[in-house]
Order: sequence, then structure tokens, then C-alpha cells
Amino acid sequence: MVLEVSFTLEATGLVKRFGNTPALDGLNLTMQPGQVMALLGPNGAGKTTFVNLVATLLHPDAGTLRVGGIDVARQPAAVRRLVALAGQSAAVEPTMTGRENVVMVARLFGASAGDARRDAAAVLEQMGLSDDADRTVRTYSGGMRRRLDLGASLVGHPRLLLLDEPTTGLDPRSRLELWDVIRSLVASGTDVLLTTQYLDEADHLASQIAIIDHGRVVAAGTPRELKRRAGRNVVEVRVRDLSALDRVAATLMAIGDGPATIDRPTHSVRVALGADTERVFAALRPLDDTGIAIDEVSVRQPTLDEAFLALTGAPKENVA
Amino acid sequence: MSSVAIAPPRGNAAGLCVSSGQIARRVLRKFVRSPQLVIVGTVQGAMFLLIFRYVFGGAIPLPGTNYVDFVVPGFITTGVLFNAMYASAGMAEDMSAGLIARLRSLPIPRSAVLIGRALADTAIQVWGLAITVAIGFLVGFRLHGSWSAALAAAALVILFGFVFEWVFVLIGMVAGSAQAAQGFALIVFPFSFVSSAYIPVATMPSWMRGFAENQPITVMVNAVRTLTQGHSAEALLGHPTSYFVVRSLIWSVGLIAVFAPLAVVKYRRG
Ligand SMILES: Nc1ncnc2c1ncn2[C@@H]1O[C@H](COP(=O)(O)OP(=O)(O)O)[C@@H](O)[C@H]1O
Ligand SMILES: [Mg+2]
Repeated sequence: MVLEVSFTLEATGLVKRFGNTPALDGLNLTMQPGQVMALLGPNGAGKTTFVNLVATLLHPDAGTLRVGGIDVARQPAAVRRLVALAGQSAAVEPTMTGRENVVMVARLFGASAGDARRDAAAVLEQMGLSDDADRTVRTYSGGMRRRLDLGASLVGHPRLLLLDEPTTGLDPRSRLELWDVIRSLVASGTDVLLTTQYLDEADHLASQIAIIDHGRVVAAGTPRELKRRAGRNVVEVRVRDLSALDRVAATLMAIGDGPATIDRPTHSVRVALGADTERVFAALRPLDDTGIAIDEVSVRQPTLDEAFLALTGAPKENVA
Repeated sequence: MSSVAIAPPRGNAAGLCVSSGQIARRVLRKFVRSPQLVIVGTVQGAMFLLIFRYVFGGAIPLPGTNYVDFVVPGFITTGVLFNAMYASAGMAEDMSAGLIARLRSLPIPRSAVLIGRALADTAIQVWGLAITVAIGFLVGFRLHGSWSAALAAAALVILFGFVFEWVFVLIGMVAGSAQAAQGFALIVFPFSFVSSAYIPVATMPSWMRGFAENQPITVMVNAVRTLTQGHSAEALLGHPTSYFVVRSLIWSVGLIAVFAPLAVVKYRRG
């Protein structure tokens, strides 16, 4: 039997309330097959709620949600076969070994004992955990637990893998390792929907980004599109003399891709720049020509706040 | 808009037997591999039994029977309650660790998680029963009824374990954290101490006796006591064995009828 479906994931007017607070407030989202989508948003935006709805752990209050054409509210059992979830906390049993954990989940997905052992070995290899497979998870680092959790989700051969903040709380090295693992999954053809609070994570991993705030998608597109709109880089210039600030702002406005923001207390001006880093210096030359005394020039990626501001025209609330 | 052919997920999801079995295995592995839990539980049980047997025992005169024969059935039965505290802490831990969420997102029958845990916890109860009985025999406990009655007593104790499983799993889910679950589970103390488990209820003040005589633990303890001690216990307690056995079975059915559906509903709601 082969199912013809148009969309991996399609949410229309999705609403989920907890008491009076709407965690999702009419969310619309479409994810095409073969995509890696990042849901980017601050704490409390509704990311986990959305992922839990897709994983059938919650029931929507209104709107529709389809996975592979199947209505999540009507046929949750069918959806559970297509989707696997690696939640915000690593859901592994610390007193069992890595292998035992994965074998158990494989068995729960219906594999025979032999298949479960074989699939578990393959997944552990893919997660880079082969050497540690027979140690109890109690002895694993946070990054290893996350990778194991990811492996346990994969062992059921899901069509769509849900990763809720996969790298939150990890040290930078474990974070990069996990990114590698996720990229290798994507290369092997698994569709991934991940949530994150970090723009750079979404940028590195996703082919599509949906920015979510207060339970709605406020902007969506490819990382390229969004970054063009948010400014690929942010140039920040700090001047010695406060009186020069307005002249610097005017110059930056001319080279930048949006309004320049003046921050008087720190004597600095910043502007979003669509250009690549190597062209930033060329863009800054007019500033040099003015002869204004400059203390510091920095070029960096926009923060989530700045991206929000640029993409939605409104400052993001509740930001930590 | 592109369209894609989705191969159906390989094979069928695990059925009720396999999935309950896997979940039971997990709970048992966790128990066996937490030696501190096993050792502390055993030492604590042994210590209380020794204290009651040798420290309090002498002060409690019982006509026609030894205190050790009186109190060991009490320990065997209330042991079920103390072991059930482990079930509530375990369930709460699984909830807070996200393990239950993972299991709920898998294509397995939803009842498998509760059934698997109930099976494993019942096995843990059998282990606890064996330990208490062994220590009981070491400190002088003896059977004064038939072997078949003793086996019936063991079966009853295992049934009681299954009954309290539902109460305590529900407590675990409501509590949400292992610590809170342990706090809630303190209700085992009034039920085990204000009962006939360790001393005859006749010595209690009358207002307390009303509760002690009618609460399920007393009935269950007395069923086990009369089954293992025969006539001397029947004479002491003033009723035949069947009186207690039937009442303890009624309590068991009633408690399961109330708490199992509540636990299932709570589990489904998440
Ligand atoms: N179980 C719950 N009960 C009550 N409120 C909740 C619950 N889960 C989430 N919320 C609320 O819903 C909103 C969205 O939460 P969540 O989906 O967890 O956001 P995110 O994952 O983006 O941080 C928040 O305001 C949060 O407080
Ligand atoms: Mg979240």
C-alpha cells in the first residue's frame, strides 16, 4: 500500500488553550516533504505545545492538523506510526544501557527481537554511541543522552522526526556534535521539524524557518529569505564623541538595509546589513572617510531580538 | 506542490503483550539495578520486624498465641503498602522525566504502560513478600494452619499488592514528582498503624477503634492472620477465617473498581 499525500505537515488555524491562556492562537504552518523545518521562537512562544500536538500528546481545541494527510485529532494512532518525538528532556532510562534503551523502543515499534537488536546497533553507530552502547545511561554525559534519545526516536523509522529544543542546555562541543548527527539524518532522508530559541541553530540545520511568537507564525521562509529581511549581519559602531552619533547613523543608514538604531548610553549605532561579511568592510569605507573617531566596530549575526524586530516590526515580548 | 509516496511504516506496532512485557521489563530492570533501593527496603523491613518482635512484643500479652505469630502476618500484609510506595515514586519519576510522554507518542496500546507497570510492581511485591516471610520464619514465626491455607494467604497478599498498585500509581501521577509522591504516600502510616497489624485493636481508644476495625488493612491483615494461624487466631479475633477472607476480597474488588478507572483516566489525560 502506498499513500499519496501532498504535505508532510499542515496546520490550519490551530488553537490550544491551557485554561485561559492560548498557547497556540490560530497557528498556520505548512511543511513540504523533504524539508527540515525549524520553529524559532522565544520561551513560551508555543513551540513545545505545537510539537506535542503533532506527536498526539495533546488534543487541539480548534483548527486542523494533518500529518501525511492524516488528521491528528481523528486518527492519532495512525499518526503515531509516522512521527517520532525527542522531547525537551532526554526520555531515556538511566538504569539501562544505551543499547537496552534503544532495543526497548524498537520492540515497542513492533520490531522482532532480532530486528530490534540489529536496528539498535545501526542507530547507535549513527549516533556515534557504539563504544558506549553497553554502559548504563547513568554514566552518560548530557550530550550523549540527547543523542541516545534521538537514536531511540529514530529506531522506529519515522517519516517525520520531531526535535524539541535538541541542544538546549548542552555545552558548545556537544551542540556541534548533535548538529552533525541531525545533518546526517537529514542527508539520509528523514524529514525533521525542530524547535529552537537560537537563530544560528535554525540557520545551520533548517531549510525552512517559521518564526513563532504568542502561538502564531509571525514570519516564515528559507533562512536566506529571512536573513535578507532580518539583515545577514549586524554592524555596530561605537564612537568616542556622542555628538558624532547622528552623523554616523546617517552614514550607516545609507549602507545598511534598514533603519539604524541609535543607543545613546553606549555611544553606539547599529544597522542590519544584507551583504556578506567580506563586503562589510567595503561598505564601511564611507564611514572612514568622515574622519570621526571610532572606538569599536563589530560585525555579528543578528540576535533573535533583532531578527524579530526586523521581521515583524515589533519588539519581541517576554524575552529572557 | 509536490507529492510524495510514503511507504507505510514497517511492520505492525507492538501488540498489548509485547509492549506490556517490554515496559514491565524496564520497571524490573530499574528495580534490580538500584541496589540501594533493594537493600534499604530489606534492611528497613527487617529492622522494624525485629523491633516489634523483640522490643514491643514482650509488652503485648496475647491470650492463646505468640506475639511473633500475631505480628508477622501484619508485617506481611502492610509490607504491600510500603512496597507500593515504590510504585508511586517510580510512576511520578517517569512522568517528570518525559518517559511517559515518549511512551504515549509510540504506536502502542495506551493501556500497555499501566499494565506493564502493574505486572512488574506485582513481581516486586512477590519479592517483598518472600523477604518478609523469610525474616519472619527466622525470628520464630510458624504456620498453625494448613499448607493450602498458607498458599491462599500468599495469593491474597499478592492480590492486595495488585489492588494498592492502582491507588499508588494514581498518587504518583497526581503528585508529578517522586518527592511529592513520597509525601503523599505517607498515608500508609495511619492505615498500617491504626489497624490490627501490629497490636490488637482492642487496646486502642474507642474512637480510633471504630476506624481501625473497619478499614481495609485490618480486614486484610486478619484474613492473612487467620489463614496462617488457624483456630488460635480465629478465637483471638472472634470471627472465622471465611469472615475476613470474604470481606478482604470485597474490599479488593471495591478498591480496584474505584482506583483502576481513575488511574486509567488520569493516564489518558496526561
Ligand atoms: N501544561 C500546561 N499548563 C498550562 N500552561 C501551559 C502548559 N504548557 C504550556 N503552557 C503555556 O503555554 C504557553 C506556550 O508554552 P510552550 O509551548 O511550552 O512554549 P515554548 O515551548 O515555546 O517555550 C506558555 O505561556 C506556557 O506557560
Ligand atoms: Mg518548549
